[in-house]
Amino acid sequence: MKALSDIRITTALALVVLVGGGQLLPDWALFLMTIALAKGLVSLGIVMQMRAGLVSFGQGLFFCIGAYVSGLMANFTGVTDIFLLTALAVLACLAVGGAFGPLLANYRGIFFAMLSLSLSMILYGVLSKMNSLGGTDGLNVAAPTFAGYAPEGRDLSMTLYLYTVVIVVFIGAMLRTGFDSQHGLVSLAIRSNELRVEYLGASVRRTNAINYVISAVLGGIGGVITGLAIGHVDPEYAYWTTSGEFVFVAILAGYLSIPAVFVASIILELVRSFSNLYFPNTWQMVLGVFLLVIILALPNGLGSLFQRRREGGS
Amino acid sequence: MDLLLVILVDGLIYGAWLFIISVGLTLVFGVLGILNLAHGSLYAIGAYATATAVGIYFAYGGDAFPLGSYIVMAFSALLVAVVIAPILERGLLRHFYHRDEVIGVLVTYGVFLILEDAIKLIWGVDPLFVYEPYDLLGMVEAGPLFYVAYDFLVIAVSAVTGFAVWYFLNRTRRGKVMLAVIHDREMSQTMGVNVDKVFLLAFGTGVFLAAFGGALTAPMISVSPGIGVNVIIVAFAVIIIGGLGSIEGAALGAVMVGISRAASVHLMPELELFIIYFVMAVVLFFRPEGIFVRTQTRKI
Repeated sequence: MKALSDIRITTALALVVLVGGGQLLPDWALFLMTIALAKGLVSLGIVMQMRAGLVSFGQGLFFCIGAYVSGLMANFTGVTDIFLLTALAVLACLAVGGAFGPLLANYRGIFFAMLSLSLSMILYGVLSKMNSLGGTDGLNVAAPTFAGYAPEGRDLSMTLYLYTVVIVVFIGAMLRTGFDSQHGLVSLAIRSNELRVEYLGASVRRTNAINYVISAVLGGIGGVITGLAIGHVDPEYAYWTTSGEFVFVAILAGYLSIPAVFVASIILELVRSFSNLYFPNTWQMVLGVFLLVIILALPNGLGSLFQRRREGGS
Repeated sequence: MDLLLVILVDGLIYGAWLFIISVGLTLVFGVLGILNLAHGSLYAIGAYATATAVGIYFAYGGDAFPLGSYIVMAFSALLVAVVIAPILERGLLRHFYHRDEVIGVLVTYGVFLILEDAIKLIWGVDPLFVYEPYDLLGMVEAGPLFYVAYDFLVIAVSAVTGFAVWYFLNRTRRGKVMLAVIHDREMSQTMGVNVDKVFLLAFGTGVFLAAFGGALTAPMISVSPGIGVNVIIVAFAVIIIGGLGSIEGAALGAVMVGISRAASVHLMPELELFIIYFVMAVVLFFRPEGIFVRTQTRKI
């Protein structure tokens, strides 16, 4: 019971801070936060799989599918309603994730990482060559509407931000509950020793497949919001370096804490924006050094700082 | 019929080139257990170093003996390996040998990010051209077609490289020691093998092969930022098809990828990138750990 009320308090607190804080942010920071939270969702999907010991280097696949749903619908059907677009992205990712999840569930470690990477590179390759979908230039995405409400300017970025906050907090709370559920604990056990988990009667394949499908959906939602926020989608969304950044955030955050994922994602976006501004030619280098330092100094990520008492410690 | 020949020759040329790069990647994985995502950056550094060195060679009287540029190319690659391999292996990678394979991927991803910017800082963003070595050998007539002779030089060099690596591992004392380390690191250490030295040698060879691949490619392309990014992705497909750590696998994988890519370029150019991964996915479906690796039993 205590755990449940903990989640409620954290959820309410996160909502208040994010919604309230948003009102104070200048336009550029509002945009940055929207992108960081949306991409944080994608990394959260990787964290979910990391709990079972798998690292997907191809989350860009679902990020890209989600983003292209927003682009294609706006360009070919004129649908701009964000609720409908999100639902469609979820459906598309459910379909694709559901098709590949059971297949990929047979692979571990480096093979899982590289196979998932190759799937996203296939999408990249196909999209770059399909001129009807814009080829490497991609597509422009129309501004979203919110069930008939069509804001502009700051109202638009604020509404999109609030929409993102609500989704992120809601999903965060759901996943926290999920992490503490039977399924979530089996995932952690798989990380320690999957053969024993099999002997104890749980299905490793099924757990991995479910994690994969859920992370696919998270990737799609992140993609649809990012596509709408930026107003442009291109095949780079599925490129392996994009997926690499999601993994970077997941590693930075570690698998112990959900808020840490979004903190890490915000840190990455801040580093990116400021490095772009001040060291336009070396921001990747800053990122690389940062990544190496984190892996050396905090093998369990930022989350291990927040949660040492709860899960890590003893 | 002609089309088939074209596909075969193009595929072999591309496969030969791919093999030189992939064999270094698979060797490093076999010995160190690290899948080096920065391999493509090392390839790019090799290409840049070669472009610079060959440029200087021809600027200072190399025209008198143009074939000397081939020696300059090989030495550039060697220089890259001698400078970079000890820094990376001793300074960074050795801290991660006991960690999970996926951590190795992430660490080298960090190295990749650093090197990509380092390349831009050192050589700038304008492309470099060194066409001289490419034109030196003239053209070759292959049936109804004409090829640049340099392309066939790549095939020859690739074959020699493959043989040299095989000979080293199977017929020399040092190579056999390396095989022993791959097989059982702790046991070799107990038998008095200096494992640190073997690791450095293996990584150095891997860096050299990546840089050498870059050196061979430099005359054929405009050397510009980002050339390493795509290479690594195709090289991964090759060594995963063949089985991680397998030299024969890299050879077979390179030829398979080379010919399927050539077929796709001539028949359905839209599917170029798709086909490479499609081949990989099909192979993994039937042989989950690649063609030349037996599926291992899991340990409790």
